[in-house]
Amino acid sequence: MGKDSNIKQRKAVSLISGGLDSMLATKVVMEQGIHVEGINFFTGFCVEGHTHAIRAKDRKKEKRNNALWVAEQLGIKLHIIDVIEEYKDVVLNPKHGYGQNMNPCLDCKIFMVNKAVAWGWMEENDFDFIITGEVIGQRPKSQRKATMPIIARESGAEDRLLRPLCAKNLPETLPEREGWVNREQLYGFHGRNRKPQIALAESLGIEEYSQPAGGCCFLTDKSYSEKLSDLWQSRGDRDYELDDIMLLKVGRHLRPKPHYKLIISREEGENHYLNGYQHEFTMIRTVSTGGPNALVDGNASEEDLMFAARVVARYGQGRNTDRVVMSIKQPDADLQEVSVKPLPPSEIPESWHV
Amino acid sequence: MSEHELNARRLLCPMPVIRTQDRIAELADGDLLKVTCTDPGVLHDIPAWCRIHGHEVVDTQTIDREMILTIRVHK
Repeated sequence: MGKDSNIKQRKAVSLISGGLDSMLATKVVMEQGIHVEGINFFTGFCVEGHTHAIRAKDRKKEKRNNALWVAEQLGIKLHIIDVIEEYKDVVLNPKHGYGQNMNPCLDCKIFMVNKAVAWGWMEENDFDFIITGEVIGQRPKSQRKATMPIIARESGAEDRLLRPLCAKNLPETLPEREGWVNREQLYGFHGRNRKPQIALAESLGIEEYSQPAGGCCFLTDKSYSEKLSDLWQSRGDRDYELDDIMLLKVGRHLRPKPHYKLIISREEGENHYLNGYQHEFTMIRTVSTGGPNALVDGNASEEDLMFAARVVARYGQGRNTDRVVMSIKQPDADLQEVSVKPLPPSEIPESWHV
Repeated sequence: MSEHELNARRLLCPMPVIRTQDRIAELADGDLLKVTCTDPGVLHDIPAWCRIHGHEVVDTQTIDREMILTIRVHK
């Protein structure tokens, strides 16, 4: 047996978002001989992957889950965890509040690190510490010098949380103190400047990476956040199901009256996607010309549905004709065909657009 | 060796990958899992997940709007 056979192989779990920072943080620690496996949490609000499948124009783009792609580039395993139900409490009751929109970034980071710590698999498989790609000053809400110890403390990770990209700006962690990783080979990045990360990527031979401009979460998006607020307000209940938050990503949303909303497809891909909900929602389709499908979300009366058909007809190819045949299908009723006059654009006020 | 099926229709990525991952965790070495999906993203994501975890996609078919991937489990 060699003299090194008694040295324990140290292991780390890395939170992989699919972006450059977590990719670099993982690579930096792997370079020090640590065995790393990735973990990625699916909250339902992740921009990654799924929404590309909806719109026909996006179908032409390469459909790649960046977290999986990063893991493959790094040669590590990636475990994707469904946290949709548990994540509701983060979105609905963020202890540290929201960012610019409905993004609870600090609570989100605490939640994810905590999930990694609390994940029984990590202990069962003898993993020693956790890695994130956080950089002090990178994000105005969650990645500040003051929030770093909050995340470590409230997640329960304490000093088992290593941020390789900004470790030199922070107190020593357990893996540094124990000599599992060499602090001198970690980094002291700070601020929003991306040049240090890009230079590090180059030095590590990483030529291709993803840098989503709006981050990896729909809750940072102003328009999406407004739709979510509208959903809660109209229902009088701050709650959601996965289908609710998926539908907020699709189509144009118009609320002609407080008690119902129309989700109107913008193209073929969205038409197909909305078709999948025909058994749960009232569906309005354009019959006599090309045009959109629309879902009716809420408690629309017969009169409301006739009016809604006129609104939907306005977005079809028959918008300038006198009459358009539309179908209305309520989940528990027979299909009804109606001939309607498309609503003129001037009668659709901006205030209806959610 | 036994054969198993997973219905991942109407799920958008990464949910079909998560369901595949969780199902394979329950299967034995050499088992076959046939996954039926409707999100074309699975044609990229499930093979990627299989590659990094050492499983093998032995067959891929697209019929109408459904994608059917057959995976051999390696443990």
